[in-house]
Amino acid sequence: MAPNSAAAADTFTKLLIRNANLFGVRPAMRQKDLGIWQTWTWSDLLEIVRAYAVGLNRLGLKRGETIAIVGANRPKLYWSVMAAQMLGAVPVPVYADAVADELAFVLAHAEVRFAAVEDQEQVDKIISVKEHLPKLEEMVYDEPRGLRDYDHSRLHPIDEIIAEGRKALADPAVAAWLDGEIAAGKGTDPSIILYTSGTTGTSKGVVLTNERSIKAATDTVLFDKLTETDVALAYLPLAWVGDHYLNYAQGLVAGFCTACPESTDTAMQDLREIGPSFYFAPPRTLEQLLTRVMIRMEDAGALKRKLFHYFIGVARRYGEKILNGESVPLNGRLLYALGNLLVYGPLKNVLGFSRVRVAYTAGEAIGPDLFNFYRSIGLNLKQLYGQTEAFLYLTAQPDGEIYSDTVGPACPNVDIRIAENGEVLFKSPGMFAGYFKDDTKTAEVMTPDGYVKTGDAGFFDEKTGHLKIIDRAKDVGRVNDGTLFPPKYIENKLKFYPNIREAVAYGDRRDFVAVMINIDLTAVGSWAERNNVVYASYQELAGHPLVYDIIEKNVAEVNRSLAQDKMLSGAQIKRFLILHKELDADDGELTRTQKVRRSFIADRYAPLVKALYDGSKEADVATEVTFEDGRKGTIRARVKIRDMQTEPVPAAMGEAA
Amino acid sequence: MRAPSGSEIAVGNVLLSVENVSLSFGGVKAVSNVSFDIRKGEIRAIIGPNGAGKTSMLNIINGFYQPQEGQITFKGETRAKMRPYDAANGGIARTFQNVALFRGMTALDNIMAGRTLKMRRNFFWQLLRHGPALAEEIEHRHRVEEIIDFLKIQEIRRTPVGRLPYGLQKRVELGRALAMEPDLLLLDEPMAGMNLEEKEDMSRYILDVNDHYGTTIALIEHDMGVVMDLSDRVVVLDHGIKIADGKPDEVKRDQGVIDAYLGVAH
Repeated sequence: MAPNSAAAADTFTKLLIRNANLFGVRPAMRQKDLGIWQTWTWSDLLEIVRAYAVGLNRLGLKRGETIAIVGANRPKLYWSVMAAQMLGAVPVPVYADAVADELAFVLAHAEVRFAAVEDQEQVDKIISVKEHLPKLEEMVYDEPRGLRDYDHSRLHPIDEIIAEGRKALADPAVAAWLDGEIAAGKGTDPSIILYTSGTTGTSKGVVLTNERSIKAATDTVLFDKLTETDVALAYLPLAWVGDHYLNYAQGLVAGFCTACPESTDTAMQDLREIGPSFYFAPPRTLEQLLTRVMIRMEDAGALKRKLFHYFIGVARRYGEKILNGESVPLNGRLLYALGNLLVYGPLKNVLGFSRVRVAYTAGEAIGPDLFNFYRSIGLNLKQLYGQTEAFLYLTAQPDGEIYSDTVGPACPNVDIRIAENGEVLFKSPGMFAGYFKDDTKTAEVMTPDGYVKTGDAGFFDEKTGHLKIIDRAKDVGRVNDGTLFPPKYIENKLKFYPNIREAVAYGDRRDFVAVMINIDLTAVGSWAERNNVVYASYQELAGHPLVYDIIEKNVAEVNRSLAQDKMLSGAQIKRFLILHKELDADDGELTRTQKVRRSFIADRYAPLVKALYDGSKEADVATEVTFEDGRKGTIRARVKIRDMQTEPVPAAMGEAA
Repeated sequence: MRAPSGSEIAVGNVLLSVENVSLSFGGVKAVSNVSFDIRKGEIRAIIGPNGAGKTSMLNIINGFYQPQEGQITFKGETRAKMRPYDAANGGIARTFQNVALFRGMTALDNIMAGRTLKMRRNFFWQLLRHGPALAEEIEHRHRVEEIIDFLKIQEIRRTPVGRLPYGLQKRVELGRALAMEPDLLLLDEPMAGMNLEEKEDMSRYILDVNDHYGTTIALIEHDMGVVMDLSDRVVVLDHGIKIADGKPDEVKRDQGVIDAYLGVAH
């Protein structure tokens, strides 16, 4: 009944009121504080947010103005979003780990007069760029620690703002005024501005409206049958469309409980304690989890290790089929049940997956083995595809129709079209209203008949009817001999190996494909320990000849798999090198959502790219790096390059048969 | 932390003073005729080259060594003999140069151990873990959780400390000392063996402890850079003799100190 009545509410504030009436004493939010989980019910939440809204208004926040939200997933920051929306103001969340310049850009572009921030770190960051932010007037903060000696004339604890609002609300006139403000909120009002992570150039502010956001969230809540009894852990960046959609919007629409981790570092333990029923993780997180499990299994006793590998084998054979409700022989079912008792159950418990009913992954292509692993142990992991401009969902896999290489059919009420050049276009209920203060860019991504261009290339699979995404439309290139070159496809194949954390492929308008590789310090470090390989730094480990040998094996396997595909066999990797430093978002090499910025990396490591193609055996490179405290330094290295054997094209085989 | 502590740090009254203290082991004079004081609310550093008698000095303050000569006044009370237990009871807590934690116990249990002296119920009550004993344990746990929050070690709460990296072990040890709510906190080389990032973190925490809890801190340190940034006043020892005492800037310029650290051309 929840989702149906959501249609009546056209703003998030009205949804909050509906939830307080409907689910009053049910938990709306949880956070662990001083080691104990604290709970706020929907009624608590409404009372707090009303007081907070009045407090912010007394500070000067008015309808139509913007307020920046900077920090991790903490209840008080979510309340800041709610309180701003209650006043008809527009929250602008910013990534907590954004460096000062990025923060300054967003805050200046969004013209914020107010900022709600997490702690001293964020306050310091904003103060350090305040000359670029002439409009910024007041800041409120969650965590008082370290801020005692700061000038508090324009800096206030959130608790104090809420307390003041509560006092003011005792006056019936103020309460009536607030009710009027809530009633004045319209579905067409912007509800939030989400800045894109900027895979291509500077970030753009995506304006979403109340009504469209609620419509989109209502569709998916029905699709996955989410209710007020579900629980989610909000551990992904607050400023990311995923968190805002999955936890905030869906939480309000379905009335489920959103739990906030105690701190960013405790998310894994909190996951286990909370036992969410709805879970989202980008492929990268799933990969890290699996790597960690595998490493710990390597260190386990012989019996445990044997048991683990045997039952994982069983799961690979039957698990997926059982989850999809297909027919499985009786002995398979029995073995799987035993495995569940001995291995999968405890494993899922350790990972915090015991109660997960619906799990999604998205953001990047996921390796088939990785995807199947989680499904085989009984986690209902599915894929979705979407983007900020669509307010996340465009396609999602329905239960029972799961394939590792598709992202599912179009969601309810979403209209998808493939353009001539292979680009995916869409019209959806959650569609954005435009880029903030940028009509030119808005016009650029719209087709004349009102579709939005995603910038991704893809096609509908004939067999399944699901959408398949291959790469960014503008990134798909061709090697000089005419072979198709989808860089991300190749990089993802490499990245599936636990030893490889990141890969950057080059090949467009070149004679052959060459890649730069980042090793995974956890996996390779553990391998080094077991094999008595001594190293003092990441750089030394990355340049070790034995490390080159193990990576060469992985590259050879990728070549073998590329050779299987007629269209891509010419895109086999001819040369590779291992980078001497980890690619890092602070150096601009990755986006904040950890996607590689290929052309930026090509410029930055120009001598290496040149060496990959001129046949040299090694090359020198010096790169400037930014440390966490903002200082800069230079790393110099001599990087070796390896040549690869390529596989013969098996095309003849098919003809002979 | 949750509640902002109202304690404005007034550096002033002498909390502890050491007068003409000498300590020798057989024929070796570890400390000879040293006097200095520690004022309430300050961060006081004791520095010096290897073998200067820094740790001996700390052990004297702590009651672990008994000086042959001289006297120590703590909180206005001059004492002749003192045992470590009395020192701890009197409000002196310390950390050690080589981490001295219970390696098999979790970080949480280690810090709880720091509350031992504050427990009012006896062993048997604790065994029963009921009624007043339980209420008391909850109260202590609350204080410990505040410290865990303060030191940002939530994620290792349940991890046996033996499995933790060195920098974190040091932080847990600091947490255990803080759990005693000491008037005087002695830190024996808190940054020894740390990398730059860990040192910066630890410096931050030492300053925060001083600022937030208003705890008086005496620290021994090797790393001159760290000492100069952290401390309000510095005592310099060399071969058991005090060769300088004053503000970091003054000490840095002192010819005697420069000679002691860099050696003298003969």
